[in-house]
Order: sequence, then structure tokens, then C-alpha cells
Amino acid sequence: MKKVLLSGNEAIARGSYEAGALVACAYPGTPSTEILENITQYQEINASWAPNEKVALEVGIGACFGGARALVTMKHVGVNVAADPLFTLSYTGVRGGLVLVTADDPELHSSQNEQDNRNFAKFAKVPMLEPADSQEALDYTKLAFEISEQFDTPVFLRTTTRISHSKSAVFLGERRKDIPVPTLERNPAKLVMLPGNARKRHVIVEQRTLDLEKWACQQSFNQIETGAGKVGVITSGVSYQYVKETMPDVDILKLGMVYPLPKQMIRDFAANYETLYIVEELDPFIEEQVQAMGIKVTGKDKLSICGELTPGRLQHGLFGKELLTEDTSADLPQRPPNMCPGCSHRGVFMELNRAKAYVTGDIGCYTLGFMPPLSAMDTCICMGASIGNATGISKVLSAEEQRKVVAVIGDSTFLHTGINGLLDMVYNQSPATVIILDNRITAMTGRQENPTSGYALNKLEAPRVDFEQLCRAVGVKHVKIIDPYNIALTRKTILEEMARPETSVIITTRPCMLVPRDNLERRPPLFVDHDKCTGCKACLRLGCPAITWDEVNKKSNIDKIICTGCKVCQQTCGFDAFQECGDNS
Amino acid sequence: MNNVKNILLAGVGGQGILLASEVISEVMLMAGLDVKKNEIHGMSQRGGSVVSHVRYGEKVYSSIIPEGEVDILFSFEMLETCRYLPLLRKNGRVIVNDWKIAPPSVALGKQAYPENITESIRQQFPATTVVNGLDLALAAGNSKTVNTVLLGALSNILEFDRELWLSALRKMIPERFLEVNLKAFESGCLIK
Repeated sequence: MKKVLLSGNEAIARGSYEAGALVACAYPGTPSTEILENITQYQEINASWAPNEKVALEVGIGACFGGARALVTMKHVGVNVAADPLFTLSYTGVRGGLVLVTADDPELHSSQNEQDNRNFAKFAKVPMLEPADSQEALDYTKLAFEISEQFDTPVFLRTTTRISHSKSAVFLGERRKDIPVPTLERNPAKLVMLPGNARKRHVIVEQRTLDLEKWACQQSFNQIETGAGKVGVITSGVSYQYVKETMPDVDILKLGMVYPLPKQMIRDFAANYETLYIVEELDPFIEEQVQAMGIKVTGKDKLSICGELTPGRLQHGLFGKELLTEDTSADLPQRPPNMCPGCSHRGVFMELNRAKAYVTGDIGCYTLGFMPPLSAMDTCICMGASIGNATGISKVLSAEEQRKVVAVIGDSTFLHTGINGLLDMVYNQSPATVIILDNRITAMTGRQENPTSGYALNKLEAPRVDFEQLCRAVGVKHVKIIDPYNIALTRKTILEEMARPETSVIITTRPCMLVPRDNLERRPPLFVDHDKCTGCKACLRLGCPAITWDEVNKKSNIDKIICTGCKVCQQTCGFDAFQECGDNS
Repeated sequence: MNNVKNILLAGVGGQGILLASEVISEVMLMAGLDVKKNEIHGMSQRGGSVVSHVRYGEKVYSSIIPEGEVDILFSFEMLETCRYLPLLRKNGRVIVNDWKIAPPSVALGKQAYPENITESIRQQFPATTVVNGLDLALAAGNSKTVNTVLLGALSNILEFDRELWLSALRKMIPERFLEVNLKAFESGCLIK
């Protein structure tokens, strides 16, 4: 068997391939994105980006109803979007296996909240496996497909950022040989969830959970590791690794399946110890269920619900050991993320700041418009929320204040769940302004194709949605398309549309500077002519990483290595100090 | 406890840290060791502070290096080095790239970039190697090979056969950039 280093995400892609999956569908979201990107290497799997997680799951459900094994992946908050089909899929069950990966993000490395999606397993009554390294990510993916078919249920595979993005050694297997050929097969009593049918299915779902709970007590994925026999620990996922790292002598019940819990196994294990720890990240999910069984445990009274665990935090929480951290002192300048040099969003936010707009924001690179010096974002809730938020706040403001409200949303986020908000805005005649920042890619998650990019996940050409037509079709009368590198035009358009007491949409269109096929648009870098620079700092309002302040000369400088020649800074300068690098520079 | 070694890579998004940690991990795997590496993708990559953990030995559990157990801080940027010094073992080693990238507060003239960083690191950790990575990369023929120069410097203080490093580089680096990267690696190897 071949041994390779794989990330958890790569291992899930491989596991799906080995399990004989025929369809994979997702909306990108950190830390889940690389699963689908890696699955494209397996030609046997029809893999695609959906416009949102709900559609992704519905596509997966369709494929599984056709008899195929289907993988659907998303980040934790994506499951909120996909929850509607999920809860009823739990009732219908599956035909081909369906595995739903939820990639949770304890510590909010790249997310807007820290929700613990193990709660979804209990809520939707769907079994959940939780791998502790890349080998388990591969093995449990295959296992999840088997459980799905054996128990006629969708199955959750839950990762966390440290599982998704960590690499460890994995032994590769072969793809399943006897893959059933998908066919149409009607079974309306099972698949049409009218109340009469769904009532019967609910009874089956409850029995299924009881069956799974008993079955799980006999399975090797829930395993006991014997140590010195004095202290017991129940744990799962990445937390298991931290227990192994820091508590070498304890007895461990490692849960591979975190829902439903193997209750009898837990009772038998717990009976052996005076001291029983439950080590889990985020919510006391296992702890509350174990406590409800009447077992006394130590867990969240010592370990925080907030943030992720680390070996040090575990030792600190349970045993009071001093916790060492990176240097966070104020004299060490912080290095928060920033929009890239040449980012087409930068000028738009500078102008929104100048216009004193109240900006309802959204999820994407442009959420960084919140950071100083741009400081032009007032709200950010979830994918697509900017537009509904703008409508809502406009309802309660005076006519004068209404004009300040601008929703800002990226191309991919607009197609994800923004369209519905725009429909509402037009239908209910909101006076707010919407700016669609169209850079033709899902940029924040690492540049994935979407319906605006003209390409599909497999990099082949695909139809490109026409935003102007789309906005006009839902009834927006005032649609303006502008080049966000043209600052004067950007300013003029924003001010005009903010003043207009009707729904209006501004589409700013420029490709992301990081997309290789658009690199052709890169231009020669600029430099600052120090004879002309008066040190007024107007250019610094852009917060461009390529522009730095020279404290000695009291002038601005440009880093030619990273400048993309977008010339937005040139337009902020009243003294003509920004010049294009020619042959002599 | 088995003899797990821990390397913490630190720097700024876009410096090639993730590729460097891939190469190191590949070397460890080829040397027949258990290895885990860990880093964060996503928002932090947009010019933010980036770290990558690499751990290797007989058997590795946590992919995060336990706080205070970093054996080698392998840093691509001066200021970022300072941030992670508290995570180093008492007798830990530092390899630091002599490169300053201004964070936003410095670029905007609101805060000063810390001074005398090298001296301050040496005071705490005498086993510190400073690499003029950009100069060596430019001498090798491409400013983007700084990470490979640094890998050369790292390979000097690790006990692995040079051939393993070269085959890892050949495996991880695209053909058209291979020659310049091998040259960059060699120049890093010459650093004492």
C-alpha cells in the first residue's frame, strides 16, 4: 500500500473516491474548500460547485436518490443554509449513500461564528463520525458511506480546522469495484414528504437512532485504550490527539462516532474511574449527554467553551499548568489580513468612507473593508445578509438617513443568497443602494470558480451569468456598471445612487488580481516622485500594502515588487507624485 | 514520551511558507518518520501573520506544537520571529530571514517597526542564524526562491541526508522553476 502525506481534506476526497462516490457537490468555505478542489483529480466523480450549500445538498440528494454515492461538503455555517433539505432528508433516508461533511472552525480562524455542528447531528437525528487525523478522515469517509446505506440515513462527517488542514501519513486503498449503476426507481411513500408519509418516516428515524446507538457499542471506531487504569478520559476528534500528547497514562474511550453516543459502552467505561474527564472542543456536547445518564464528569468546568483546544490549553485547564502564548504585547505591531495590492475593492471602500455611507456588509475578501484605514463597514452577519439588512434599516430611518444606507456584496455571495434580498428590495420598494463587487471569482476561500467566472470546477468553460440582465429582470430600474479603478467615476456613481430614493444597483467590475488567467491585466508598477510628494498622506487612506510611509523623509514609497500598477493611488494624489515605472526607474 | 522534534515556521502570507513546510514534511516522511504538519488557510493568508507547525519523530499525536516545545523557530520575516519566541524551548534554535515587511500600522506611519531585532533574539537564543534570503535568492536568479534559500539553511542544522532534500524539492517544485530553486537551495546550504 502506498503511504503519502495528506491533509484531512485531501484524505476525504481520496476516501470518497475509494468508496465509489459518483457525485460531489459543495459551496466553497474555509476550512472545507480543498475537498472538492482535490476531488477533481478523480475523473470518475462528477464534481461541481453549487451557488450555495442548500443547492449543493439538494444536488447530492438527487444523486443519491438515483442510486449513486454522493459527497456534499461545506463549512459549519454552510449547514445552516443547507438545514432545510437536511432535516427532511433525515426522514426520507437515502438510496445511494450520502455523506455530508461539516468542517467546523473552532477559534474562528476564518469564520463569522464558532458554532458546534455536533448539535446538528442531534437536532436532525443524523449520525456523525469525527476523524482524529488524515488516515481516519479517509477511513471514516468510506465508513460513512457504508453506514449511510446500511441504516438508510445521511451521515455527517465532522472535521475541524486542525483536522481539515493538518497533514499526516495515510495509506491509500483502491476504488470500490462493484459500483451499482444508477437508475430511476420510484418510491413516493418514502421520498414524498407529505404529512401522511412523513409521520410514518419519523417513527423509523427514532428507531434508527436507537439501532445505531446499540450497534455503535460493538464497533471498532469507538475504542478503549488502556493506560495506568486510574483516570478515564472520553474524547473524540482532534481533542484525542491533545489527550495522547499530554496525558500519556490515562485510559481513553475514543469516540469515532459522536452521535448517537454508545451509551452502554460509556456506562461500562465510566464505572471504572473515580475521576472521569470529558475532553472536547466548543460545546459540552458529549458531557451533557453523559451527565444526563447520571455519570459525574469533569469537563467544561475546567475547559473553555470558547476557542479551540491546544496541548497547552488542555494542561492549563485541567491541571493549572502555566500557559505560554505568542507575544501579543502592544509594542509588537499586529499583522492583520489586508486586501491585496491591486484589489479592485479598495477604491470602492475609500469612497464609501468619504461618502460617510452606512455600509451593511457581507462575507468575502471585502469584509476587510472594515479594517482601518478604509473603515467602511458597519454590519456583517452571514452570506447574503447585506441586502436584507439594508432594506430593514432603511424602513426605520428618516429620509435623510436612509440615503446613507449601502449594501455591499461580492459576486459569489450575491449569487449564494443575495438575489432573494434584492427581490425583496425591489418588491417592497426599498430606497437603499446595493453595490455588487464583481471580481468574477470566489476569492476569499482561495479563488474558486462560480457562475460569474465563466468556468466550472473542472476548469472547463461554463456559461457566465449577466448581472445587469439579472438585476433588471428582478425589477431594478437603475443599474450602473463601473470600473472600480476609476475613482472619480466610482465616487460620482456612489453619491448619485445614494441620493436616489429608489432601489439601485452599482456593479463594480474588475477581476481579482490573484487569478492567473487575469494576470494579463497587470501593469507596470508605480513609484513616488519625492520631489512632488508633499507628505500629505492622502494615498495612505487606501491602506494598500504596496504603499509605505517613509518616516525619515516624510514621504510615501511604493514597493515595486508587489505593486500591480492599478493606479488607484495615482488618483488620490493631488500633486502628481505617482509615476509609472519606465525603463529608467 | 518519544523524541518528537518541532519546527515552527513563521512569516507573512505570500512568502512561500506553506510550500516550505510541505518540503520539510516530505523529507521527514521519506526518512521513514511519522510526521504531522498544520497550518491555517483562508482569511489569514491575505497578507496576515502566518505560521505552520511541522512535527516529526517515531509517533506524533498533536499536529499543534505544544506551547513552549518549539525546537527550531524557522522564520521568514524579522518581526514575525519576535511574535513566536515565547513558544521556543529554552535551548531552542532560530533561523531568521533578514527581511522586514511593514505591517499596516507601520506602513501608515502610526507605529515604528521594532529595532535591533537580531540582537534581541541572539540575547535570548544564542543559537540564531540570520540569513540574507533575498540577496541569495536574487543571486540564484529569482526573488521568489527565498523560501528555498531558507530551506538550505535549515537543512544544515537537521540531521537528514542532502539527497532527501533534493528529491523532496524535485517532487514539490514545478519543472520550470526547479533549476533556479536547486541553485537557491545550494546557496542556503553554504550558510554557517
